[in-house]
Amino acid sequence: MKSVEIGKALTVKEESFFKKLKKDFSMNKYIYLMALPMIVYFILFCYIPMYGIIIAFKDFSPRLGIMGSKWVGFKHFYNFFKSIYFGRTFKNTALISLYSLLWGFPAPIILALLINEVRINKFKKAVQTITYLPHFISLVVICGLIIDFTATDGLLNFILSKFGVTPVNWLTKPEWFRTIYISSGIWQSMGWDSIIYLAALTNINPSLYEAAMIDGANRWQQLVHITLPSIAPTIVIMLILNIGGLMSVGYEKIILLYNPLTYTTSDVISSYVYRKGILGANYSFSTAVGLIESAIGFTLIYFANKFSKKISEISLW
Amino acid sequence: MVYKKSVSERTFDVVNIIFLSILVIICAYPLYYVLMCSLSDPYQLMKHKGILLKPLGFTLNGYKLVFQNPSIRTGFFNTLFYVIAGTFVNMLLTAMSAYVISRKNLMCHKFLMIMITIPMFFSGGLIPFYLQVQRLGLINTRWALIFPSALSIWNLIILRTAFNSVPESLIESAKLDGANDFTILFKIIIPLSKATLAVIALFYAVGHWNSWFNAMIFLRDRTKFPLQLILREILISNETREMMNNLPRTSAQFIQAEAYKTLIKYCTIIVSTLPIVCVYPFIQKYFVKGVMLGSTKE
Repeated sequence: MKSVEIGKALTVKEESFFKKLKKDFSMNKYIYLMALPMIVYFILFCYIPMYGIIIAFKDFSPRLGIMGSKWVGFKHFYNFFKSIYFGRTFKNTALISLYSLLWGFPAPIILALLINEVRINKFKKAVQTITYLPHFISLVVICGLIIDFTATDGLLNFILSKFGVTPVNWLTKPEWFRTIYISSGIWQSMGWDSIIYLAALTNINPSLYEAAMIDGANRWQQLVHITLPSIAPTIVIMLILNIGGLMSVGYEKIILLYNPLTYTTSDVISSYVYRKGILGANYSFSTAVGLIESAIGFTLIYFANKFSKKISEISLW
Repeated sequence: MVYKKSVSERTFDVVNIIFLSILVIICAYPLYYVLMCSLSDPYQLMKHKGILLKPLGFTLNGYKLVFQNPSIRTGFFNTLFYVIAGTFVNMLLTAMSAYVISRKNLMCHKFLMIMITIPMFFSGGLIPFYLQVQRLGLINTRWALIFPSALSIWNLIILRTAFNSVPESLIESAKLDGANDFTILFKIIIPLSKATLAVIALFYAVGHWNSWFNAMIFLRDRTKFPLQLILREILISNETREMMNNLPRTSAQFIQAEAYKTLIKYCTIIVSTLPIVCVYPFIQKYFVKGVMLGSTKE
């Protein structure tokens, strides 16, 4: 750090900005050479696609290119808002992500707290190892398993039939789609997401617990007065990140699990973008729809962060 | 008083362990079930309903068929190529980029950091990304699975954190000895950050192994399909067909075909998942370390 300061002081010899830049380039030519692939990558795969968003306001045709296509203003947005798909995909996205947050957010915290209470180290390790495992299984396999287990003659129906439930193919029932989607999501990510909380838990100073025990606090009181306040910053950060993702439900799992029978509850904005854009080649329209989604997401994370900064002084930036 | 407390604590411990054990079973049983199914006799398997604790009969025919199946075999080798080539490109690019952004006295440091941060919060979205890949002429080439996902910002930041922990004095003295930045990166910094490099290489490799969506939208030729895409056809499409028609199963041939289809389905799941499950226990702690590294905020 200090050497940087000195370096700065030395270069401030009233040189012009460009002269300094030139000197910096020649001094660090290899570093800039190394930066080149990264810059090219970001331009090609991040910034040009961002620029490509303007086709949402044009009638894009691949023949004319982005520049040559005609401006149409908010036509595509208007068409989307007018169509029946707006209400449906918007509602589905909101509900799936809201319920995912509601059920999926506390799950890893509770798991971490329970694992933390285990005193037998070997058991603790085993629980951690096995609950992390589903995170690494590919989505295709997970969805294949879900389809297999929820089929009419699948494992789930076998277990449920013991409780007198008549077997149905659960994935053809729109009213069950969210439940299947969210519970399988929790199954897959609960263990892995608990890592971050477990890390926060191990950082708690043990002398706090010792002091509490001397004061006669039982384990529940220790949890409420020491453990939870200590991991609160981690929880808040994770919550902000999750709220940012509130209006974005990834298309990959939806595409693998949905079928036309369940579109009324399963079709979300991103899967609609995929169908319209990639399968239907309505590029401008689907870009407009996608833009609405990411604009909402960005707004949500911005306000979540602002709110958190105000009440707890914890923020992402 | 003390005795009483320890009783309630003990009950809690027991309940906790029982609860966690159930959770462990829920997490592990689906895969175990598939493994048992894949070793079972296909005809018995077809008639069987419900939980399996050991295979019904025993046969490795399913695996034989899987390895004889040309599309699964090409898929497997394609995936191997994507994992190796993709991870190599990932590592090269991530290592160089992490070195660049760990040099804080660079005049463009701030500019580069902004360039990296913006895409974390905002992206062009699926369609402009797709069109850009198309414009670059990558559609239906193997590069479409390598270049567009050549860098993960998350991994870049993890690696930057590791590079930052290499003492500055080491770099300074190497510079005085006339080493250029490539030498410093490859001879000093990389050997000192082996653990983190291993972690992110694993993250990348697992990502390539499991990825299917880019392959689905960018590739046309079946000969270039990765295993996951073949798997999707077997697992997802097969089932949608079954869902749509409830034909009576009369002909013996039809039953045979159906029975083996089910068996092959389970065997393919195991073949595609086993490599990860096998290496997973050994590398698990590195993965966990990776998450921790990512979560340390500077």
